[in-house]
Amino acid sequence: MSSELIVFLVLSLVAVGAGIGMIFSRNAVYSALFLVLNFITVAVFYLLLGAPFIAMSQITVYAGAIMVLFLFVIMLLGAESLAPSGELPWQKPLAYVLAGILVVESLYLVFLQARPDMVVVAPDAAVNSMESLREMAMALFNQFLLPFEVTSILLLVAMVGAIVLTKRERAGQK
Amino acid sequence: MDWTIWVEWIVKGFVLCLILLTGFAYLTLYERRALARMQVRVGPNRAGPQGLLQPIADAVKLIFKEELTPAKVYKVVFLLAPVLTVVPSLVLAAVIPLGTSFTLGGRVITLYVANLNVGVLYLTSIASIAVYGITLAGWSSNNKYAMLGGIRASAQMISYELSLGLCFAIAIVLGNSMNLVDIVNAQKDMWFVVMQPVGALIFLIVTLAEVNRAPFDMPEAEQELTAGFHSEYSGMKFALFFMAEYQKMIVISMIAATLFFGGYREFWFLKDTIFSVDRYWFLGPAYMLLKVVVLLFFMIWVRATWPRIRYDRLMAFGWKVLLPLSLVTVFITAAGILLAQELNNQLYYYGIPALSIICAMAAVALIYRSLRRKSDGRI
Repeated sequence: MSSELIVFLVLSLVAVGAGIGMIFSRNAVYSALFLVLNFITVAVFYLLLGAPFIAMSQITVYAGAIMVLFLFVIMLLGAESLAPSGELPWQKPLAYVLAGILVVESLYLVFLQARPDMVVVAPDAAVNSMESLREMAMALFNQFLLPFEVTSILLLVAMVGAIVLTKRERAGQK
Repeated sequence: MDWTIWVEWIVKGFVLCLILLTGFAYLTLYERRALARMQVRVGPNRAGPQGLLQPIADAVKLIFKEELTPAKVYKVVFLLAPVLTVVPSLVLAAVIPLGTSFTLGGRVITLYVANLNVGVLYLTSIASIAVYGITLAGWSSNNKYAMLGGIRASAQMISYELSLGLCFAIAIVLGNSMNLVDIVNAQKDMWFVVMQPVGALIFLIVTLAEVNRAPFDMPEAEQELTAGFHSEYSGMKFALFFMAEYQKMIVISMIAATLFFGGYREFWFLKDTIFSVDRYWFLGPAYMLLKVVVLLFFMIWVRATWPRIRYDRLMAFGWKVLLPLSLVTVFITAAGILLAQELNNQLYYYGIPALSIICAMAAVALIYRSLRRKSDGRI
């Protein structure tokens, strides 16, 4: 067994464990922390696959920025342990059905679609150079410029929307 | 894989941790003595000659202090928070080059633990993780003041991280690489602080906020929050927060030296003399130490000089002044380099510092004007 495989197995145990812990925690802060752990493990997976840039972005953006905001909101609202509310009775059965469909789909893909000859090729050392980073930036800002800009506009709209919504609420209180 | 590589990594990591721990112990003494001198006092000078044994006395005291865990804290997170604060401050230093390399028994030993091609991104990602310890310490203490301190800390660190990232971008653009060794080597002919003085200044201001030092130490403001996020901590657990703060000061001085002050390299006008690190490898760590001590003195000096600024002004300063200013400086730097390369005219390089200094002065003038308007012309 190669050392990479051992690392992979241990990490996948951690990742799956963190995911399960996130779902089953009764306390929202613990859930958020498990999710952070999961994000960091995924980042290490990227490192194993020879993509340090994606790994570091994953940690900075998801674990470092987004989850901090999540924690912030949980702490500010004092929503650590909300009692389960029974307001949406159709939600649980629907969740079971959707989860069942997801499981069937992924089993189908794993057992019928994944062929043994589809081997993931380990990238060579050249991928890890500054050149690959430069190429990625070139692709992002030339070939995929339109999707990139559309994404940024979407994010901007979401941000403006959040500000507008909170403003209106405050005006109503006065 | 060769087992000697493992030995080398482990020894290097161990030595780096030792350097940071010793540095932390003596930085506390350095700060107390320097602060005392600025306030016309003597400072601690009883334990050992010139108080040199004071850090050891402090450590003994902290170890034997009673550890209190309040009854209604969230225990797991409460115990985890100090650890989560200390670890990033140690791990950050792994990518910082402390010198060139030397040969020992036929092996070339480099003076850094890891040489990542995305070294700068590594720094940003670890710095963004560092928020958790303080935030969670505030929340898990189950105490209003600690909670306020934790929330203030996370808001402040997220806000100032943006400008920090842009300062990293300035160094990346100037050094044409994300690798810290390459960035240091690019400063052989000229330090980046000369090319982009405003970027270096913003970096120094932002790092003060990132390590929660005065005048940006709102998360632990004594008058209003008793002690902020670490109110409920005592003994060794408190010492860990203390340790993290001082280690972060050291590491961030190292980063500032690496990105803007030539790293382990000599002054640019000494580059081909016998004082060059290319001649003697041991000059590298010595220059690094010198730069770190000077930058730490700057931090202590700021603490002794400036009063703490109000929280809303801190946020306004971060979002309305530092962020636009750093955006403009990134733009000026990138545009200057592009113009100089495309038009093959070296004069554009001189435009970078000149234009950015003008922008910084405009920012200062704007702050002055708005302060004057608020105070009805009393300033």
